[in-house]
Amino acid sequence: MRRLLLAILLISTAAIAYEILLMRMLSIVQWHHFAYMIISLALLGYGASGTFIAINKRLLQSRFELFFSVSALLFSATMVMCYVVGQRVPFNALEIVWNSRQILYLAIMYLVFFVPFFFAACCIGLAFTCRRSHISRIYFFDLLGAGIGAMLVVGSLFLLSPQNTLIMLAIVAMLASALMGFMSTARKPLMAMQLLCLVTLLFGLPQDWLDMRISEYKGLNQAMQVVGSNVLMVSSSPLGLLTVVESPRIPFRYAPGLSFNTSFEPPEQLAVFVDGDSMTTITRYEGNLDALGYMGDVTAALPYALLDAPRVLILGAGGGTDVLLALYNGAGSVDAVELNPQITGLVTNTYAEFAGHLYDDERVTVHTREARGFVAQSTDQYDLIQVALLDSFAASGSGVQALNENYLYTVEAIQEYLEHTRPGGMLAITRWLKLPPRDNLKLVATVLEALRKMGIAEPGRRLAMIRSWNTSTLLVKQGVFSVDDTTVIREFAASHSFDTAFYPSMPAHAANRFNLLDQPYLYDGVTKLLGDDADDFVERYKFHIAPATDDKPYFFHFFKWSTLPEVMALRKRGGASLIEWSYLILIATIIQAAVAGVFLILLPLSLIKRSWPAGTGTRMGSYFFLLGLAFLFIEIAFIQKFILFLSHPLYSIAVVLSGFLIFAGFGSAYSGKLAHRVEQSDRSPVTIAVVGISAIAVLYMALLPTLFQQLMGLADSFKIVLSVFLIAPLAFFMGMPFPIGLNRVANTAPDFIPLAWGINGFASVMSASLATLLAIEFGFTAVVLFALGLYAIAAVIIHD
Amino acid sequence: MIDRRNAVYCALLLALTALADEEDYSMARAAMVDEVKFYAALARDSGEEALNDDVMQSLGTVERHNFVASDQRRFAYENRPIPIGHGQTISQPYIVALMTDLIEPERDFVVLEIGTGSGYQAAILANLVTHVFSIEIIEALADEAKTRLARLGYDNVTTKLGDGYYGWEKHAPFDAIIVSAAASHVPPPLIRQLKPGGRMIIPVGGRFMTQQLLLLEKTDDGEVITRQIAAVRFVPLTRGR
Repeated sequence: MRRLLLAILLISTAAIAYEILLMRMLSIVQWHHFAYMIISLALLGYGASGTFIAINKRLLQSRFELFFSVSALLFSATMVMCYVVGQRVPFNALEIVWNSRQILYLAIMYLVFFVPFFFAACCIGLAFTCRRSHISRIYFFDLLGAGIGAMLVVGSLFLLSPQNTLIMLAIVAMLASALMGFMSTARKPLMAMQLLCLVTLLFGLPQDWLDMRISEYKGLNQAMQVVGSNVLMVSSSPLGLLTVVESPRIPFRYAPGLSFNTSFEPPEQLAVFVDGDSMTTITRYEGNLDALGYMGDVTAALPYALLDAPRVLILGAGGGTDVLLALYNGAGSVDAVELNPQITGLVTNTYAEFAGHLYDDERVTVHTREARGFVAQSTDQYDLIQVALLDSFAASGSGVQALNENYLYTVEAIQEYLEHTRPGGMLAITRWLKLPPRDNLKLVATVLEALRKMGIAEPGRRLAMIRSWNTSTLLVKQGVFSVDDTTVIREFAASHSFDTAFYPSMPAHAANRFNLLDQPYLYDGVTKLLGDDADDFVERYKFHIAPATDDKPYFFHFFKWSTLPEVMALRKRGGASLIEWSYLILIATIIQAAVAGVFLILLPLSLIKRSWPAGTGTRMGSYFFLLGLAFLFIEIAFIQKFILFLSHPLYSIAVVLSGFLIFAGFGSAYSGKLAHRVEQSDRSPVTIAVVGISAIAVLYMALLPTLFQQLMGLADSFKIVLSVFLIAPLAFFMGMPFPIGLNRVANTAPDFIPLAWGINGFASVMSASLATLLAIEFGFTAVVLFALGLYAIAAVIIHD
Repeated sequence: MIDRRNAVYCALLLALTALADEEDYSMARAAMVDEVKFYAALARDSGEEALNDDVMQSLGTVERHNFVASDQRRFAYENRPIPIGHGQTISQPYIVALMTDLIEPERDFVVLEIGTGSGYQAAILANLVTHVFSIEIIEALADEAKTRLARLGYDNVTTKLGDGYYGWEKHAPFDAIIVSAAASHVPPPLIRQLKPGGRMIIPVGGRFMTQQLLLLEKTDDGEVITRQIAAVRFVPLTRGR
């Protein structure tokens, strides 16, 4: 039994780590939302394994160890093989709107990545089915392994490349195969195959097979096509794959929002691509600020025309462009916050000479932190807080960010920024200008909501906005803009041929002078948002521009169903960019998963000869389906709740995910005892667990925001430990309902076990996408409440 | 003898197939032009102007299938962007027509193009103006386009590999400039190489999704005014109740 439990632990470790790793790798070669879609569908392998075991139960049971070992071996081999094959499918996500063949390629991607998850799930499902007297222990090791896997992959990505991490995980799965193969009747041939597979993994894979084939339409490959460009270095971490590129023959000259009137040209730059896209630049600086004349001619320079030697906080410093902007425009001091230590490392170490030791400048202090966490912890006050423009125009314009949670542009974030701004100081946010405006107006709506929450009576007197042909810069002042201020704004805009989009008492005719729009969209929009009919305007606007909040942190979600028929009809007339693709992809993912689930799981199961009591299928099927949905709903919602506290999405995912899985494992191990204790009483152990889950979740929703605010200043290590303690009791209770139900099935309808496993797996697949959809529409609090409702229904179902 | 006869049959068959292909292509091209006209007419109904007849004629003449790879030829006359390798695309015909129309081409125009790509846009322009100068930054594309344009007889197009930022000083000033390559800002040297009264057009957006067109006009006294032209008319507000 020990060997089996250890093998289960290894398989679960490899499976969850592989899932996270694939998400990273597919996000690098494609785009994040397609990676999400492919993995979601591939996870249906879990559901299908239940069907497969149910159909072939007799055969599989007769030689359990052999089939477990073979499944584990196939999991190990297909992990790598499917990655290699998947890379050769000529899928181009961007062409999907134009070329129906791309849908076929996408389907092939699903099928390819379905295979390894199917074999991994077969191992666990077989163990539940064939060793049903040990269900709670098996589930404990399954969850424990998953918890270890989540931490392992994050840690390993710090040390190894994604490709080497893949090989390592394949070896972990191979060990599981070896453990079980040792007990099988076909020990020798199995060992030979395992050895062959191991040698191939270690020595036999050509580098070309393992190389990531990044889409040729991503920024990195576009840059590499330019004559004379070179990759200077590549570095990988869980935060992203960084590639530094030089282009000496045709320089990058990256300067969004640069005035037509400028007589300056950007100096030499190095481009830094994260995951093959999202370009930031490191600009050559030799200590002579005069060489950076163009930095005075961009819309982002506006706040410096209003402030004298300001103390500046830059959120999202990247390669240092905004730091140079601040220094060129006379900042007294600069605090620069950047999340990714690799990027700061480039400026402080690798390319320090090129960057003119910018981050060693006595006026500059660099903080490698998450921006919101830094602001929340800081006790300093600034004259200017500048949120840098870090996303690329292409990403911003093609709606690929809609599913990304973003805590920089929420009502609560704006409030925090303004609370750290001195009287007379300001917050400056530069965004790409899209037409008709989406994020520019959503930002204004979010700022206005923050100002109203702060009790500001006339928020319109604190706003100013200018625009170039492709950027807009919004200023929010801590105080009201004076007549002198508005004169400076007008003069700055006019001298650069920028248009004023809004300032207090601005006449309508001043809104459209240099860069003509068919309507002065921004002026009209801001004026309407400030008016009495703001709610009506937000409702009637064809894009979703209601304020983003920490509970619904989807700043880049602009989709409205009512607009879809109109924009789809405009697709061939150049209107494709009006469609917010990632929301539609999310919906498509849910529909596809449901349809695939019916064909892979429900349909085959309906054909199986039933050997269980009447009503078991519907009742217990519903029970395991509800559990699958509810567990992940809570897990996903709490990952989000902890992101701000742990100040880092990576820590949050690793700590919260591992915490949930491991402590749910302990709950599972304890569930048998609990069931035994309450056996003689009227109480159902599931009801006890669900009451525990509900009480703790509701308590946390009420207390966590205040608790987090109070404890924000603690050291990271302490916050991680505290988070684990907070997660432990909730996860402990959440680990119980599944094994209790499965034990019940084992006693009353053992043939139903593989089906319960499959249905639960299928629900988990649906759950991740559904949780995102619910969070976008109703917020994360609603996701938790919804999950509690599902748990309650499950408790009623099993009690009856 | 039999072999020789077979060879003749084969050659005849190939020639007939090619002829049939050409006929198919010209029918498809006519259908594409009709589609672009149809969409332009829809735009006109909602307040925009129709596309210039000469532009439409040029669109109906240039053999788009000769500007794409052989495995993409069957899509050549669909109203959509098509990959041409190296991470680049040949633009959607509707957008090509709109961009060409917006520079208001005249017979005596000398036009600069930044981003030759496949050479399709240059070929459309070549039918309408005196000379097109085109600069490409991707070496393979520059070579292919040069050979292709020469083979197809566009001898009023001159291409080169190089940095488009500084335009082509030797042949400046230009009556119009088309910038097909993406840029974070409009290069000031290009504005200087535009004649007073000249127009510059820049598509804004990703490779497969043009978001809007930036039309830059240089007035006779050298002042620069830009206009954002949406490829399609779209009112962002539903009617009030």
